[in-house]
Amino acid sequence: MISLPHYLTLGAILFCLSMVGIFLNRKNVIILLMSIELMLLSVNMNFVAFSRFLEDGAGQIFVFFILTVAAAEAAIGLAILVVLFRNRSTINVADLDRLKG
Amino acid sequence: MSFELFLFYVFAAITVFGAARVITVSNPVFAAMFLVLTFFSTACIWMLLEAEFLAITLVLVYVGAVMVLFLFVVMMLDVNVEPLREGFVKYLPWGAAVGLLMFIEMSFLLTQRYFKAENFPIPAPSGPEYSNTKALGKLLYDEYLFQFEVAAVILLVAIVAAIALTMRRRPDTKYQKPHQQVDVKKSDRLRVVQMPSEKR
Repeated sequence: MISLPHYLTLGAILFCLSMVGIFLNRKNVIILLMSIELMLLSVNMNFVAFSRFLEDGAGQIFVFFILTVAAAEAAIGLAILVVLFRNRSTINVADLDRLKG
Repeated sequence: MSFELFLFYVFAAITVFGAARVITVSNPVFAAMFLVLTFFSTACIWMLLEAEFLAITLVLVYVGAVMVLFLFVVMMLDVNVEPLREGFVKYLPWGAAVGLLMFIEMSFLLTQRYFKAENFPIPAPSGPEYSNTKALGKLLYDEYLFQFEVAAVILLVAIVAAIALTMRRRPDTKYQKPHQQVDVKKSDRLRVVQMPSEKR
């Protein structure tokens, strides 16, 4: 049968993969946002697993709020991205150095 | 190996494959599609955990709304991906090393005494009369009502912020000016002309 460490390991693998994604795609804001979504997903996985194995619904409520915040974050992040692209015609992080003295 | 465990391994393999493709594929559109795959198989795993409501929510909210938003933005911006890929090979060893180190640390923690499988006995599967949605609703509208309202405010703030950030005035577009339209007097528009009536 599926035990708790199965789910925790899967969450850990997902989290590490998204961490590596942030390292690899540090120039591309879109993939960075996607990596953050993946991180939140792996955290949610742990919450749901613990909620099931401790038989406490609070974990699932927490996932609910994380989904809310993640949706808000994605909406605002993409809005910033659109404005950025409109003003600078690029989304390359290396080109965003206007605030550098 | 039970059928449930087999399903878990299949869905976990699809999830990890999708996540790995998200971070390595060069085209952002494909990355978004693989992210959809990852979310979908994660929803299947949550079904195995008897979190049916959250599984459907994940598909509806993430695949149906957030990922469509991502796809819209990715396709709307005409991004040249070539310069964005530079440094990919250079940072690959570092990224892999840090990721591997993190995974080793986490698995070290997970194999400790506390997280052993026998400390967390597998709960008995709930019967057909148990409703996950009903249980979540009772918790959400009873114990967590205030937090629920805060979540609503967060979403409102996100809406306002997204519109305020992206709205702009184009100088060459003609706009209606409602305040001037409402302000108008009868004398501005209507001219009464006096003229003698004509004989037949």
